[in-house]
Amino acid sequence: MAEPAFAASRRALIDPLGATLAAIVAIAFLFQPLMLLRPNRIAPAQGAFAWEALPGLQPMACGIITALVVLILISRADARLRLAAAVAGLVGLGLAVGSGASHLLPPGSAYARVAPGAGAWLALFALSLATGDALVRLRLSPSGRIAALVVAAGVLAGFLASGLWSDLSVLREYASRSDAFLRELWVHAGLSVFSLLAAVVVGVPLAMLLRRVATLRRAALAALNVLQTIPSMALFGLLIAPLAWIGAHVPGAAALGIAGIGVAPAFIALFAYSLLPIVGSTIAGFEAVSERTREAADAMGMTAWQKLLRVELPLALPVILTGVRIVLVQNIGLSVIAGLVGGGGLGVFVFQGISQTATDLVLLGALPTVAMAFAAGIVFDALIDLSRRQETR
Amino acid sequence: MIDFDSVSRLYGDRPAVADVSLRVGTGEIAVIVGTSGSGKTTLLRMVNRLVEPSSGRILIGGRDNRTLPAHALRRGIGYAIQGHGLFPHRTVAENIATVPSLLGWDAKRISARVDELLSLFHLDPALFRDRMPHQLSGGQQQRIGVARALAAEPPVLLMDEPFGALDPIIREKAQEDLLAIQKAYGTTIILVTHDMDEALHLGTRIGVMDAGRLVQYDVPHAIVAAPATDFVRSLLGAGDRAFHLLSLSTVEEMIESGEAPGAAIPADMSMRAALSESLWSRREALPVAKDGRVIGRVTRAALERRGAGPQ
Repeated sequence: MAEPAFAASRRALIDPLGATLAAIVAIAFLFQPLMLLRPNRIAPAQGAFAWEALPGLQPMACGIITALVVLILISRADARLRLAAAVAGLVGLGLAVGSGASHLLPPGSAYARVAPGAGAWLALFALSLATGDALVRLRLSPSGRIAALVVAAGVLAGFLASGLWSDLSVLREYASRSDAFLRELWVHAGLSVFSLLAAVVVGVPLAMLLRRVATLRRAALAALNVLQTIPSMALFGLLIAPLAWIGAHVPGAAALGIAGIGVAPAFIALFAYSLLPIVGSTIAGFEAVSERTREAADAMGMTAWQKLLRVELPLALPVILTGVRIVLVQNIGLSVIAGLVGGGGLGVFVFQGISQTATDLVLLGALPTVAMAFAAGIVFDALIDLSRRQETR
Repeated sequence: MIDFDSVSRLYGDRPAVADVSLRVGTGEIAVIVGTSGSGKTTLLRMVNRLVEPSSGRILIGGRDNRTLPAHALRRGIGYAIQGHGLFPHRTVAENIATVPSLLGWDAKRISARVDELLSLFHLDPALFRDRMPHQLSGGQQQRIGVARALAAEPPVLLMDEPFGALDPIIREKAQEDLLAIQKAYGTTIILVTHDMDEALHLGTRIGVMDAGRLVQYDVPHAIVAAPATDFVRSLLGAGDRAFHLLSLSTVEEMIESGEAPGAAIPADMSMRAALSESLWSRREALPVAKDGRVIGRVTRAALERRGAGPQ
């Protein structure tokens, strides 16, 4: 009899997911270095724990904040308090990393580099999950989730603009190539978004056509499936020869920027990868509209266009948007490869960094890519919820 | 009002509807009865051209229904189907407003019409206007489906098993509502069902379809008294013929003078219900009241005579 009561009271006191995340935060603080110090950008790194990396009373403040966050996450505190704790932890981590970088960096050294260590990354991981978990528990409306994203972006921008992080190695890399960074960021976003738009413009009407012709549909979906299985590196490579030929022989093609390497093969490969999910989700979306609903639209006297615009598209939209979301997130990631074929984008820094074994340069390309994909996912999830006016019973 | 003129519809070589001719008068309710696959739904769907006839023609108000483009024709014909077919992404008000907005009514007129119809179907407009279909019960969805069909005040209403998905009590209520609305608007209705009881209850005339052919088209009395084929007889149910016959008339037409014991029955009670009451309450005669006043009596013997078949 006593045992179930004990189990129940233990369940009531400890939050299982929160306890796991709290354990990671505690381990990160106690057993992993907060910062890494390198004499130059490719030399082996030396770790510094929080109490070594931070000046004055800051290690103590850092420890107190960590302890509070850990306690709140373990307890069954309500979602608001958990959110406050996780966000406070993230802001504290940001401040500590900035402060640690300034403190550790030898004055006057142009070559030394300070980067966040395993402890900082682990804590970032756990606290981000805790924030996400708290947001899920709050059951935010779609617009509420977008607002949370905007706030997060604002805080991040605030950190970047304040100069608190300017001694970090990634931002050192940024400082020496800020013009190139902004240019490649736009190229990256443009490649991802415009290849998606092209796939939507081609794929949605194509899907509506294929829906009517069953034999054509099987053939087309099989072809797109094969396309999807070609490894991205290979596809970029495969496109070089034909595009070079077109650029050299078709009048006007070169003027449009079509050549063996550059933006054209990157764009075409991304477009090709986008087509299957768009076509597939559009077909699925239209198939989800019940026959009875279609017939009702006919019987009410809607023309084919009115039926499409007023009934079929609105009902298929959530499923189509799910496909668009998958493609956008996928494209943001795949656009990195464009850096290999001269297409530009953030992949430029990733591959430069790899060839120079400069981790910080890799991160300069990778971190914004992850952030963009993350933000696109959140925005589209909210849009999908908004488009789903009717509930699934 | 609606004339079917030697209408056939072939699917491949198989006729779904074979050479059907019938006339539905203005303000009548024609009920088409048949088993599944009898062609009754195909026949109905040819009126608003959801299905095109292979041969023959259909006149509505004397005009061939192919003179207008299909979508324009359909805006003038109400259509209600089993399981309602409401648009799941639109509110109740938007669903009802479908045809009026296609016809370009102004917003004020549409809104007034929506409220009028909701009230007609005993649904509080303030409460139901902005609900989504999935928030309604089956009976409510069915009523909205019929309200949508009636929204633009069509002279003709087609109904395909409109009450099929409802439980018996709600179905009976929906049938009474339909009769009341038909009376109020004088709408000409063609209704398809597999349920002969429903046909006898609602129909001005009943058409019985068997394997694509119209085997009998007549007033309910004639269908019950003289079924044209064994198929019609089997639809009526062999054991219930006397009761079918009695259910078609009220006791009002057979009141005789005299006294009778016990509580009075209303004059608009069906003969069938009166016979049942007479048996159950062990009374040879029942007093009949109209407007709260006893005006005579009916006897069990008279009821039995009315239920007798032709000799």
